[in-house]
Amino acid sequence: MRDPHLLALTVNDSEYEVVVEPRRTLADVLRHDLLLTGTHVGCEHGVCGACTVLLDEAPVRACLVFAVQAEGSSVRTVESLADHGELSDLQQAFSDHHGLQCGFCTPGFLMLAEGVLAEQPDASREEIREGLSANLCRCTGYQTIVDAVHATACARRESAS
Amino acid sequence: MTTTDLPGIPPEVDPDQPEPDEPREHGGRPAGEPRFDGRRGRWVGASIPRHEDPRLLTGCGRFIDDIALSGMLHAGFVRATVAHAAITELDLAATREVHGVVAAYDAADLALGDIVAVLDRPAEEFTPTAMPILARGKVRFVGEPLALVVARDPYAVEDGIEAARVSYDALDAVVSEETALAPGAPAVHDEAPDNVLLDVSMFDTPGVDEAFADAALTVDVTTRSGRQNALPLETRGVVASWDARDDQLLVQTCSQVPHQVRTMLARSLGIAERTVRVTVPDMGGGFGQKCVVGREEIAVAAAAQRLDRPVKWIEDRREALTAGFLAREQRYRTRAAFDADGRITALDVDVVCDMGAYSCYPFTAGIEPLMASAEMPSVYRVPAYRVRGRAITSNKAPTAPYRGVSRPQYVMAIERVMERAARELGLDPVEVRRRNVITEFPYTGVNGVTYDPGTYLESLDLAEATIRDEGWYEAREAGDRHLGIGFCCFSERTGYGSEAFAKRKMTVVPGFDLSEIRMDTTGSVVVTSGTMNHGQSHETTFAQIVADRLGLDVARVKLRQGDTERIAYGWGTFASRSVTIGGSAVALASERLGELLCRIAAHLLETRPDNVALDGDGGVVQLDDPARRLPFEDIADVAHLRSHLLPKDVEPALTATASFDVPGDGTFSNASHAVVVEVDPGTGEIRILRYVCVEDCGVVINPKVVDGQCRGGIAQGIAGALFEEVTYDGHGEPSAASFIDYLVPTATEIPDVSIQHLETPCAFTANGAKGAGEGGTIGAPAAVLNAVNDALRHTGVELDTTPIHPSTVLAALEGEL
Repeated sequence: MRDPHLLALTVNDSEYEVVVEPRRTLADVLRHDLLLTGTHVGCEHGVCGACTVLLDEAPVRACLVFAVQAEGSSVRTVESLADHGELSDLQQAFSDHHGLQCGFCTPGFLMLAEGVLAEQPDASREEIREGLSANLCRCTGYQTIVDAVHATACARRESAS
Repeated sequence: MTTTDLPGIPPEVDPDQPEPDEPREHGGRPAGEPRFDGRRGRWVGASIPRHEDPRLLTGCGRFIDDIALSGMLHAGFVRATVAHAAITELDLAATREVHGVVAAYDAADLALGDIVAVLDRPAEEFTPTAMPILARGKVRFVGEPLALVVARDPYAVEDGIEAARVSYDALDAVVSEETALAPGAPAVHDEAPDNVLLDVSMFDTPGVDEAFADAALTVDVTTRSGRQNALPLETRGVVASWDARDDQLLVQTCSQVPHQVRTMLARSLGIAERTVRVTVPDMGGGFGQKCVVGREEIAVAAAAQRLDRPVKWIEDRREALTAGFLAREQRYRTRAAFDADGRITALDVDVVCDMGAYSCYPFTAGIEPLMASAEMPSVYRVPAYRVRGRAITSNKAPTAPYRGVSRPQYVMAIERVMERAARELGLDPVEVRRRNVITEFPYTGVNGVTYDPGTYLESLDLAEATIRDEGWYEAREAGDRHLGIGFCCFSERTGYGSEAFAKRKMTVVPGFDLSEIRMDTTGSVVVTSGTMNHGQSHETTFAQIVADRLGLDVARVKLRQGDTERIAYGWGTFASRSVTIGGSAVALASERLGELLCRIAAHLLETRPDNVALDGDGGVVQLDDPARRLPFEDIADVAHLRSHLLPKDVEPALTATASFDVPGDGTFSNASHAVVVEVDPGTGEIRILRYVCVEDCGVVINPKVVDGQCRGGIAQGIAGALFEEVTYDGHGEPSAASFIDYLVPTATEIPDVSIQHLETPCAFTANGAKGAGEGGTIGAPAAVLNAVNDALRHTGVELDTTPIHPSTVLAALEGEL
């Protein structure tokens, strides 16, 4: 390894220390060092969004973040959503609305959606569509993903009021 | 503006509550004995939750790059940077010195057999060409693999690739139909000096010239479609390892066709096929790009064998965009003769498909022109037909069958013909289609193909009525906006059996599929299929089929696919074949298991075999005394643990196998699409305001899944119509090597799609299904193109090329075309 760095970061509320090259991406550290393979890599140039995770609660492309840039930060990945095997409301909505087919883009869409809903809890269906246009899906045609996120937004609003 | 601003959009049809039509009477059947008996059960037809979802939603899917083996190395490829050149130097010495690099191989080092796909056609029709695993002597496209670099981690692989020294003696590149077919053009392959790999005149029926001589109207349309990437979001990849105990190469790969990978891999390595095991983990889409054998899969397997270490290769996106298998670059010149009433009297077609640098295995470079030639008359009654289909080779990445294979293109060609004829004759374009569409079934066309019953006219009428009832015609006529309405009516031969493929004169003939079902001592079943799920929901839909056949709760059925050790042979998943063929095989295997269960139960109940039946609730019941019942667990217990109680002529354990092959010409799904677009007079931007799909895929196993296939297919069709194109410069350098230039539509470009189901059960698949995987992709380009032309009707411009660029629309609006 060239120029190794000792890196400390928090992922899904667990603290980790890993030794990385400075060029190693956050996506590779999550997937191959921490074995959190739920985060997928689809383009490695920040367009497809399959690798979307929450970095200090904001959605980022884990393929465009060097792991050393996440030093001291808190990362949330798809593995954090379900509670002991019980799907979260958003995950359940994806299943109910058939918002996934091959499932490769799904973790990225789930994390993107969590970011969008956190930022815009009152988002309309069209605003949700706009927010979700950050990521690519090749299977669904997006409609059912928008439906799933919109249904989750409505349900969360209802339970909040 | 959103769609909700516009008139009369009704609520979506609830996909969860379909009311399937009663099975219809059939006028006849194209071939074979009727299989589907019209029976429906508890599970088929219900939108049950997908079995695949929980693991995929929680990050617990296992995709190819999720696999990590002890001691695993990583691989990457030194790839050609010029399109057409002799290799004058390939020096890997510096690569081998790079920190972390373990090995580097060129073609001579690995000495692997070439991939050669052959058709059983004479030399004047087909020229076989070889695809070396690593380039030898010459490169034929930018991205072609020259050498394999193996290192301890993927970053070191990149360092090693960068250190490789390659020199070329550049040749002129062949980058278009014009440059390929020009006299004296450089030859991509010495074996094909004219750059033509296939030239077949499949039909020239009597009366073509006479029909044109007598025609009231002749329409002559040249349509073109851009080169497209099927673009599974998960790129290709493979993990290969040698297992000394099993005396086998374990090749875990991202393939729609694991058995064909095994067959080709064994041949290329020159080893017995039993020494190769191919397995497929979860797969992030394929759409055809993964239904051919990749040279990278073979090279990586060879490296693992040599190094006796696991080796992983994961294609990066740049490789996927430049060196992945592509499709769809086709040009049609379609001449059609019509009588004065708008009835087509003859069709004369010349189609040229740019198949790129190599012929894919097992389908060959003939796949696109042969599909187009066989199916071009589409849903119409065409009395006389002539067609010439050619596959040309060029210095571009090679091609594979992409979702729909030529149907999006020939449907676009003939649908443009219908629109032109309507315009020339002053008729409504839907009316012209009505006058020509096949309405009586079975119908044997001029192409010798017998079409099984479908709802061609009904789907067209329903699509048009939907658009009309919503007020779109009035909105268009109001004239204050550039609105256009477009239609497409088409069918798709889905269940291509071996008989139908053999007519293509393939030497490797896909068709059948196999299934084995086993019940364990707890009464649960595992069923295998030679098909290969990669998003189509087979784990759910196949379980629904099995559950109904056995009267077993669907949760007790588990599907296994993607393992050449578990399934004797299979043809994988492509061509909307899985539910029709694979789903029929699992249905038949389930029936046989049910018969076995009944036979054992009758013996145990001490009654006649015809006095018992499956009870639909996980057991066998005695018909004349329903109080006497044996749950499957009890029968399974005897079959495995107390086999001395079995009837003398019944073997222990509970297994059954079946094969299925669609007879004759196969079965046809059909659909009609209706699209409303608006073009922006300021920018030329095209917006889809309304998309209606009326489809008939026979018995719908799971409505939600079928809807998903339709919507996803339509999205890919819209992508081809409006956005995506793999482009090259005049030297064959790819100019869309990232997602910055290759424009994949997002949620804001793809509209909501409303779907209505008609249901004409297929008589000769075991489950009545016809297949739904490709249809959406087929109809969308024609429907969108027709709608855009309708929006431009006042300009007199006719656009016949996809993708349609806003700049073209703008030029049309401003009178510059």
